[in-house]
Amino acid sequence: MTDISVSHSRRVPFTVDKLGVLIAALAAVAAFLPFAAFRANRIVLGEAKGLFAALPGWEAAVLAIVLAAGIGIALFRTPTLWRLATSLVVLALLFVAIGHAGSFLTPPGDKIARVSPGAGFWLLIFAFALLAADAIARLKLKPWTRIGVLAAVALFFAVLLGSGTLNDLSILREYANRGDTFWREAQTHLALALGSLAAATVAGIPIGILCHRSDAWRAPVLNVLNAIQTIPSIALFGLLIAPLAWVAANIPGASAVGISGIGAAPAMVALFAYSLLPVVANTVVGLDGVPPAANDAAKGMGMTDWQRLTTVEFPLAFPVILTGIRIVLVQNIGLATIAALIGGGGFGVFVFQGVGQTAMDLVLLGAVPTVALAFAAAVVLDATVEMVSPKDTRRD
Amino acid sequence: MKPGLIIRLVVLALLVAFIITPTSFAWVFQPLTRNGQPPIYVQNSLLNLTISHLTIVAIATIASTLLAVGLAILVTRPFGAEFLPLSRSLANIGQTFPPVAVLALAVPVLGFGTAPTLVALFLYGLLPIFENALTGLTTLPPAVTEAARGVGMTDRQRLLDVELPLATPVILAGIRLSVVISVATATIGSTVAASTLGEVIIAGLLSNNLAFIAQGGLVVGVMAVLIYDALSALERALMARTGQRRLQS
Repeated sequence: MTDISVSHSRRVPFTVDKLGVLIAALAAVAAFLPFAAFRANRIVLGEAKGLFAALPGWEAAVLAIVLAAGIGIALFRTPTLWRLATSLVVLALLFVAIGHAGSFLTPPGDKIARVSPGAGFWLLIFAFALLAADAIARLKLKPWTRIGVLAAVALFFAVLLGSGTLNDLSILREYANRGDTFWREAQTHLALALGSLAAATVAGIPIGILCHRSDAWRAPVLNVLNAIQTIPSIALFGLLIAPLAWVAANIPGASAVGISGIGAAPAMVALFAYSLLPVVANTVVGLDGVPPAANDAAKGMGMTDWQRLTTVEFPLAFPVILTGIRIVLVQNIGLATIAALIGGGGFGVFVFQGVGQTAMDLVLLGAVPTVALAFAAAVVLDATVEMVSPKDTRRD
Repeated sequence: MKPGLIIRLVVLALLVAFIITPTSFAWVFQPLTRNGQPPIYVQNSLLNLTISHLTIVAIATIASTLLAVGLAILVTRPFGAEFLPLSRSLANIGQTFPPVAVLALAVPVLGFGTAPTLVALFLYGLLPIFENALTGLTTLPPAVTEAARGVGMTDRQRLLDVELPLATPVILAGIRLSVVISVATATIGSTVAASTLGEVIIAGLLSNNLAFIAQGGLVVGVMAVLIYDALSALERALMARTGQRRLQS
């Protein structure tokens, strides 16, 4: 692969950074957009509030100065570590500030008024998240460091949420109304995504081994699994209602273990069906990629078929198989939202209820945790894949 | 004629026939209904829904192809090289956003209807195309690019006459992936009132009518497989023209 990375010359002071120009432009646009929106109740139209209207004077001034400094550091060629630190500090302050804006704009004791982040806030978050993503990509952090950064970010949000700083924001008002449901749906969501992943791994790896060893099975199995991927998720979820209702009604004990036509069972089966292709295909590709020399050496040593599979082929193919599992997990966390359409629960419940009531705060209550979970899963599994990959094949 | 081609043509003919006169296939879906439910969705013309479904997918794919290929060209030029690491991680992060979330979050800005679906499909389609375009443009055989430089081609000539033609099959593979995902994902658009085949499926879910769910799902699935096949064939033809071998299945 051609390496096109640009060497950063640090000698020349005040060289303009192109990404910095983009970030400054985004921030300039954000300055003209509302920082927060105030609504007298949950569904009326919002009243836009600029930065200086949304926060007490001195806080707005401090934030404006910090933002200007952050843009300055982004705009010029500065050491990558500074850029990372700057972006993280600015992002943290923005989240604290939007929480304060919530408290500042809400009339005391008012439980109906809603304050939500405005377009300006989201654009600023996007701009500085770009800076952070760029710095992290350039630093080529080690897998454990990346997981550490993720853990630190998660801890920051846990503290921020625990401290109640954000409690006056609309999304947390929705949460306050549905605290119990939220955690129940969170459990369902995770159970759906992880349960189907576990089932697909247990079933998919042996199927992959079979396809690798037998050409007669390979094409038909992969074609069927490919075809399943083309069935739209809402249709597959729906189509499984009938067979599972039949199973529940006709097979003794099935309904006792929670199998029924609507609810989590068809969702679980549908997610399992979608998950098989990445696991099986990656197992096949991983096993195909085992160097013939390694196999020949194992055969020469007199290893049995089983020994060769477990001690030579599987360990060598493992990083590729794990990549398949990563694809499945991220995809399942997203797809599990659809389960709500067939009564299967999960964060999709809030998304679809919110769409139905045109209550965007409720949509966010479902969408934000889903995106956060998928993102965290991607970071952790990417790092794990890198850790188990042999050094010379690591991606740069 | 190869048997594979004949099967595909028959499937295509059946699909077209079903879309045009769905009621003549009522007997196929009758066994799926209960208590005298209608076997065929007639509240809206299946033909119109299919056309609108495919139009949304086509517009979104064309837009994401233009932007994704443009961006990939930009970040592989010296001018945009600074953005290469960032664009790689953005493509990676972008894929973690579930389409349902993108769709639902686009509604407050764009209102109910087709627009949020277009935006969600556009954003979701960007990533596979961008990743493939990037791979295509950064893994060209060095001998070829060196030769192009050696014969005195300008940067622009190299891009248009050498790099892009060689990268086209890989880019097309990305477009294929993106179209197949979009054809299926467009159905979710009907949860925010977009006019797609998802309408049939959702009508089935709401009235507990399996026949509706099956016909909606079947039309979308068969279309996706046929489009996938057609684009694969186009790729093979292009590969043969540029004398490359297929890299992936």
